[in-house]
Amino acid sequence: MYAQRIFYAKCVIWVLAFMPIIRLIWLGVNDDLTANPVEFVERSTGTWALIFLLLSLSMTPIRLLTKQVWQVQLRRLLGLWMFFYACLHITTYVWLDYSFVWSDIAKDIIKHPYVIVGFIAFLLTIPLAATSNAAMIKRLKTKWKLLHKAVYLISILAILHFWWLVKKDVTEPFYYASVLVVLLGIRIYFYLKKVNNQV
Amino acid sequence: MILDNNKRNPSNIVSSEITPREVFENRRQFIKAAGFGLAAGALSTSFLAQAATVVGGETKGDGVLIGRANAKNQTTKATKPEKIPAYKKTNYGSDEKLTSYEDVTTYNNFYEFGTSKSDPAIHSTLFKPRPWSISIEGEVKKAKTISIEDLMKLAPLEERIYRMRCVEGWSMVIPWVGLPLASLVKWAEPTGNAKYIEFVTANDPKTMDGVRVPVLDWPYVEGLRMDEATHPLTLLAVGLYGEVLPNQNGAPVRLVVPWKYGFKGAKSIVKIRFVEKMPLTTWVKAGPSEYGFYANVNPLVEHPRWTQSSEKRIGAGLFAGRIKTKMFNGYDEVGQMYAGLDLRKNF
Repeated sequence: MYAQRIFYAKCVIWVLAFMPIIRLIWLGVNDDLTANPVEFVERSTGTWALIFLLLSLSMTPIRLLTKQVWQVQLRRLLGLWMFFYACLHITTYVWLDYSFVWSDIAKDIIKHPYVIVGFIAFLLTIPLAATSNAAMIKRLKTKWKLLHKAVYLISILAILHFWWLVKKDVTEPFYYASVLVVLLGIRIYFYLKKVNNQV
Repeated sequence: MILDNNKRNPSNIVSSEITPREVFENRRQFIKAAGFGLAAGALSTSFLAQAATVVGGETKGDGVLIGRANAKNQTTKATKPEKIPAYKKTNYGSDEKLTSYEDVTTYNNFYEFGTSKSDPAIHSTLFKPRPWSISIEGEVKKAKTISIEDLMKLAPLEERIYRMRCVEGWSMVIPWVGLPLASLVKWAEPTGNAKYIEFVTANDPKTMDGVRVPVLDWPYVEGLRMDEATHPLTLLAVGLYGEVLPNQNGAPVRLVVPWKYGFKGAKSIVKIRFVEKMPLTTWVKAGPSEYGFYANVNPLVEHPRWTQSSEKRIGAGLFAGRIKTKMFNGYDEVGQMYAGLDLRKNF
């Protein structure tokens, strides 16, 4: 009975998810990507990856708070869009920022904490994206659930990545960190409630 | 490469010889448009142009989410840049390709007007750079004040094209107009105790939004060692591109020390103090492990955040990649001042 609702929600997600990339293209065509276009594209794709990550993480809290379940089926789509923007983000970094100079990239990753955590977060998203189809879910069964718990680690690393990148004014990463704290907090609250009820 | 500024009889060169900024802007637009033309593929450019104007709107921040820095439109509306009537051209940086006027005036770190790069151009319109005077204090024969008009008469104004390397890993090439700081130091008559100079900058919450937020310990303070301050490369800039310095670039007078990271260039200077001890400068206070007093451009000393061995040249386009950062930003002649100093410890 929720099929239609899910279908419409997915359509909305598809349309919205394409907007940032289309926007980047038209800003680029109009020479409007600021004085530092590489940084702009890097930041924009990174931010959108983070937004989709937080959106995918908010489906369960919505279930816990509202007892509605249908939206949990949007989680995979949101997670894959996160992966899409994370891929664009790292492509921008490797190509536009570092022109595939692997020695410089390796040095940048090793020497700078914010790059290390970001890079690890990206690596962790790969197995999640690769095991997101129905066949893999069936095949891995309980292991799948365990594997996909990695998303919590990814989200924390992503926030650290943003936080450590900022020079002094942490306002922006603070907003995203607050959202993550709320999303994880709701989970913890309901988990503790469940544990207490069992006792 | 830096040439002797007197070799090419600079007085013959008129200001109209400077390549007009439009030329650079067009070039940059062309490069970017060409690159994106590929990416955009079949998408209709005119449609996109229209759409872009629609999304334009008033925005804040670096434009990560919604906006982009609409600084461009705002500055052209807000200020009619005033030409500097007389200055001589020099050979400094004459072989460099200039960063466009638009980029130089819309991509700024000037936290007194906000922490994002587009903030200074947008939020500096209330700032009044005239009348202005600088108070000279500390280890000098007599404390005194100098007006911006008198300061500009201390030495003939000259144009110098300098590379500017930001600690964040980007760089520009800027045609400054100014005079050597050395001429002000001479006028100030420092005593023998003066070993360093401290530059204190404007801190007016009424016209500078950013200082209402304690992001840094206001006012912004910078410093130089005496020999650095009197080095012939060190400039007090009062203009750029032949025009009076825009507010977002540090009007009416700022420091330019081309072999050091950009943050050493104190903007909108109100006070110059001659002191015996090394001044505690703002960024050193904010992050002593990240920012040093010397802050010489040095590709060998890594920063915890940004790669220092290479840099991105602003305006080079989306696909230009990075260029190698040079020791002392390529101004090798300053090296002798640091002979015997461990530049890894004294970063």
